[in-house]
Amino acid sequence: MAKHKYETFQILDENGKVVNEDEMPDLSDEQLQDIMYRMVYTRILDQRAVSLGRQGRLGFYAPVAGQEASMIGSHYAIDKEDWIAPGYRDIPQLIWHGYPLWQSYLFSKGHYKGGQMPEGLNALVPQIIIGAQIVQTAGIALGLKKKGNSQAVISYTGDGGASQGDFYEGMNFAGAFHVPAIFVVQNNQYAISVPADEQTAAETIAQKAVAAGIEGVQVDGMDALAVYAATQKARQNAVDGDGPTLIETLCYRYGPHSLSGDDPTRYRTSEEDDEWEKRDPLVRFRKYLESKDLWSEEKENEIVDEAKADVKAAMKEVEETPRQKVSELIEIMGNELPNNLQEQLEEYRAKESSE
Amino acid sequence: MAEMTMIKAITDAMRTELKNDEDVLLFGEDVGYYGGVFRATEGLQEEFGEDRVFDTPLAESGIGGLAIGLGVTGFRPIMEIQFIGFMFEVMDGLAGQMSRMHYRTGGYYDSPITVRAPFGGGVKTPELHPDSLEGLMAQTPGIRVVIPSTPYDAKGLLISSIRSNDPVFYLEHMKLYRSLKGEVPEEAYTVDLDKADIKREGDDITFVAYGAMVHSALKAAEQLSEENIAAEVIDLRTVSPVDLDTIIESVKKTNRAVVIQEAQKQAGVAAGISAEISERAILHLEAPVARVTAPDTVYPFASDEDVWLPDHNDIIEKAKATIDF
Repeated sequence: MAKHKYETFQILDENGKVVNEDEMPDLSDEQLQDIMYRMVYTRILDQRAVSLGRQGRLGFYAPVAGQEASMIGSHYAIDKEDWIAPGYRDIPQLIWHGYPLWQSYLFSKGHYKGGQMPEGLNALVPQIIIGAQIVQTAGIALGLKKKGNSQAVISYTGDGGASQGDFYEGMNFAGAFHVPAIFVVQNNQYAISVPADEQTAAETIAQKAVAAGIEGVQVDGMDALAVYAATQKARQNAVDGDGPTLIETLCYRYGPHSLSGDDPTRYRTSEEDDEWEKRDPLVRFRKYLESKDLWSEEKENEIVDEAKADVKAAMKEVEETPRQKVSELIEIMGNELPNNLQEQLEEYRAKESSE
Repeated sequence: MAEMTMIKAITDAMRTELKNDEDVLLFGEDVGYYGGVFRATEGLQEEFGEDRVFDTPLAESGIGGLAIGLGVTGFRPIMEIQFIGFMFEVMDGLAGQMSRMHYRTGGYYDSPITVRAPFGGGVKTPELHPDSLEGLMAQTPGIRVVIPSTPYDAKGLLISSIRSNDPVFYLEHMKLYRSLKGEVPEEAYTVDLDKADIKREGDDITFVAYGAMVHSALKAAEQLSEENIAAEVIDLRTVSPVDLDTIIESVKKTNRAVVIQEAQKQAGVAAGISAEISERAILHLEAPVARVTAPDTVYPFASDEDVWLPDHNDIIEKAKATIDF
């Protein structure tokens, strides 16, 4: 397989100039502004979450700054009825799919109500085990095909996820069953501290699609329009019955792997950080929109204020949510309460009522 | 009523539920056209079509993920793991994913999945085919572990498992597939999960067993009756969670217990039951709770398995020692 097939797909360069007019997606001015709105809002959500995390007011959190184009661009290309099978970093896509912000904070804190999706939302809870969502995606896609719905499922993982056995099993199953699945690998260059080029001898992750007999594409993951266009094409193929696609988005996470003690200065240089920040998805999209007179500092400031206010309101809701009880956890273990849990439920209810 | 082997009863249960509910799907390696390596799914693809009964690529974790994804999109999957030793490949799917779907989503999603796998020794299968790994799954909250010992129970328990909205690990002892026959109703019926069955009543000692060991326990009880020892034989049917009420009630009557399993001694189902009997009925005991198990080695496939596996003689010996304590 010649490498040229996996050249990085790009539409906007680092200066916000269109370099690939032929592939320009058909988006209205409002839609273009909406993509920028979501990316700015997401950047603020991330900044606030990092700050709340450092104050000890959140639980587990994996920063997303640097990945906005990859996350928002791909999610913007799917439909409301489509399914998402996210990894733990993929909270923004869930939120733009309809998952309330305050519930994402409950999930972060380990409260079971964080996993209760709003009625009708087609999404799995963020997956903790690397790659588990990928085999599940094959199953969801097969289910959608069997129901005859024109829906697709999009799953997300990182470059480390592409090393897992489940990554190969999931893609192979999806290919073999010819189902409407989109596998997005957000190659943010590091699996905690291990660089992408130590994950695999393959020149691209996109080319791993060849072995599964499915489409593969590598995209500039700092370019929202390129990510959007690639995902839209993958979705169209999925719902047209043309099978799954693997999309590798080349991006970067500016922050640590998670707020649970990771220190990226131990494995990355500031030169490397600076190099990637020059490709920032927000900067280039802002320049592009400004060149079309579709963006202003004032508009952006309004979004910043809106996001900050939403975070505040969501935190208030979280802090007003009653603490979960062990008896509630026993009740939600399954549909039916087996005899051992029945006994333990009584024990914990008695304990809780005496507190 | 029809006379059926256990494997026919299992096939019949799946046929019944495939007919009864169009969301029931059956899949795994070789289960489709070929009808399964043991012929457990024979004829089902022909009857229900490739859309409902189908082969998968050879990858157990993929099969588990498929079941989870199909479960959340409204199907009721029956997935087959070809031999129990291959469950290690899908351990995350079983113990890490489907077992906690309801909990993790606060009840938003279920895992209405039945995982079928053949297990059990004495039939000269290769390494990692006959192991008794039910104890590993019994350690996992959120998943039931069901092991039938008769054709009647096999059909009724499998129908209950398929209808359950919680995941069930349903284990089929290979030695029992064709070695015994029994009356099995042709219509749909269920046997309650989590409920043990008293297979033989007795006042002197309680035998707690499951799977093929139920038959060894019955054989031991039969021989002991010739010496005027009346053993009560309890067939657990579900090994997680265990029906402790039935066990404790029996022990309070007999004052002695032997817990029997084909698996190795360390940890496992019998260890848990022994501890529960001690906690709940120690003052009713005339002797320590005894266990009959395999030794704590890797399963010695083929040549030594007949010596390694516990049998009715081991049970008789333990029963006598318990009574003479």
